[in-house]
Amino acid sequence: MGKNIIEKIWDKHVVYQEEGKPDLLYIDLHLIHEVTSPQAFEGLRINGRKVRRPDLSFATMDHNVPTKNLPTIHDPIARNQIETLAKNAEEFGVELAGMGHPDQGIVHVIGPELGLTQPGKTIVCGDSHTSTHGAFGAIAFGIGTSEVEHVLSTQTLWQNKPRTMEIRVEGELPVGVAAKDIILAIIAKFGIGVGTGYIVEFTGEAIHKLSMEERMTICNMSIEAGAKAGLISPDQTTVDYIRGRKYAPQGDQLEEAVAYWLSLASDEDATYDTVRIIKAEEIEPIITWGTNPSMGTGVSGYVPTQADYEDESDKAALQKALSYMGLEEGQPLTSIDIQHVFIGSCTNSRISDLRAAASVIKGRKVNDNVTAIVVPGSHTTKKQAEAEGLDKIFIAAGFEWRESGCSMCLAMNDDVVPAGERCASTSNRNFEGRQGAGSRTHLVSPPMAAAAAIAGHFVDVREFVKETV
Amino acid sequence: MEPINIVNSVITPLNRKNVDTDQIISKEFLKRIERTGFGQFLFYHWRFDAQGNEIKDFVLNKPEFKKSKILVAQDNFGCGSSREHAPWAILDYGFNVVIAPSFADIFHNNCFKNGILPIKLTEAECDDILAKGLAKPYKMAVNLAEQTVTGEDGIVYQFTIDPYYKETLLNGWDEIALTFKYEDHIAAYEAKRVAY
Repeated sequence: MGKNIIEKIWDKHVVYQEEGKPDLLYIDLHLIHEVTSPQAFEGLRINGRKVRRPDLSFATMDHNVPTKNLPTIHDPIARNQIETLAKNAEEFGVELAGMGHPDQGIVHVIGPELGLTQPGKTIVCGDSHTSTHGAFGAIAFGIGTSEVEHVLSTQTLWQNKPRTMEIRVEGELPVGVAAKDIILAIIAKFGIGVGTGYIVEFTGEAIHKLSMEERMTICNMSIEAGAKAGLISPDQTTVDYIRGRKYAPQGDQLEEAVAYWLSLASDEDATYDTVRIIKAEEIEPIITWGTNPSMGTGVSGYVPTQADYEDESDKAALQKALSYMGLEEGQPLTSIDIQHVFIGSCTNSRISDLRAAASVIKGRKVNDNVTAIVVPGSHTTKKQAEAEGLDKIFIAAGFEWRESGCSMCLAMNDDVVPAGERCASTSNRNFEGRQGAGSRTHLVSPPMAAAAAIAGHFVDVREFVKETV
Repeated sequence: MEPINIVNSVITPLNRKNVDTDQIISKEFLKRIERTGFGQFLFYHWRFDAQGNEIKDFVLNKPEFKKSKILVAQDNFGCGSSREHAPWAILDYGFNVVIAPSFADIFHNNCFKNGILPIKLTEAECDDILAKGLAKPYKMAVNLAEQTVTGEDGIVYQFTIDPYYKETLLNGWDEIALTFKYEDHIAAYEAKRVAY
């Protein structure tokens, strides 16, 4: 019987196996950032331990970094965290793309960009959106700081083998519907706990037609469906993306690697513990109206009402969410006015995201009631966008053009949405207070965020582009 | 970490599902470089208003729950961000046990690294316990070795737990020191590992 890619990669990484214990799993790539690593390095120091494989570790700074007026960080505690990572990287011999370094950026943007992310690898980082790297056919998952310390010391983790799930996106994606809409639709349809205890493989025609950057958007939000990891079997699109990147294999080694990578794709007769199916034709641009990523509806829809739910706890959750979000039951989604637009985050800050947003706003102006910022995912992405003139399009429309970082996705730096105000955001979480205490987040794709910036409220970007040409 | 086996306490009924780690510990408190001192910030924006005053009707602020060691919630507790600051805050505040019908994977893993016992009971059992705890202060006794939670009314709930994690918690083991015993296996794996 055939194997799926999850089983193939897992089995190749088991260092030690014993009945009654989790598997001891080898880790091929450990990505590190400033927020979840200081206590781990401190643990090494206290116990007199070393980093076992600095060559398989790579660090950057993204969560805390300012996106304007670099390099000043006013917050002394944030500055200390940044300086601590620089010191730790130096002391333990870990390569660092720190603030101002040409390779700096959001950890889940630079891993792929630098060619560190490759099919078949086990990849971890002290960040839940590590699932992003699964787009390449890697098993990539977020870990806590104790596990960061464990990987630093031993290059392994004790892990129970998760169950496997296939989420198949059948058919053809309608024009004007983005990868972000696919994953938001999956989470809305199956719920934020559907993937708990599973690694998910995304399959189907609609998935394999996606570019690598679109695949990263899908896998990035696997964690919002509760999945341990999400991945996509590698194919020619994957190989073409990796070829020629800084840390990718070169020459003969590349050809050998490619053969290996492609052999990892799930076999035709592979099976999974669970299969879920969604039809691409049914997906339209999605807007979230609530306080978790499953609370989303197609742009032509309305904020749900109590009558839409049977379960009492769901009714209570709806009421709580709408009270926090300041929305009425049954309100059309396009009637929601917004005050902020954020284009960025590890979900949607890559060059194709910026191009898609720029194509909507080109020649238009940001609404007077809206403050809009673009935060490219990495320094490299920013430079490329500038070479293409995208920065000029954004600035002419009234967007602010910033330096790279996590920024307003979680508002650890100065990029904060004020209490009670609404943000159309291309990020991944709309939890209470995520973008600032009392802030109200609506998750959307880059073109939908761009259109909302112009209109001052949500619109169907497909209609908007036609009508206002 | 501290070993854990027996915990006796009034339960704190947090009657919500999908409690995410952003609520458990908000991002403005993630900038410290220590593992300690996060308890004061646990559920900060649910406990305090914008002026920093206690929100009286939030469950953690009620005097009867101030010394509670057992937190009970609904489905999918600890979803979202991987921040281990969430279990650090829970432990530092004084909770050693969290009971829910299900936990998000990363949070669940993080508990075992910090001496917190996450107990999965069925949704019906959790609803039952929450209802009792909301009606009046309700004491429970947790016994990890026996894998039981016993209510003050004598009702016994049996739970399952991965045997490896049970041993880890009962003994308060340092997992890294344990893994070093497998050094030969790791070195052997590295010797045959193909790296591109």
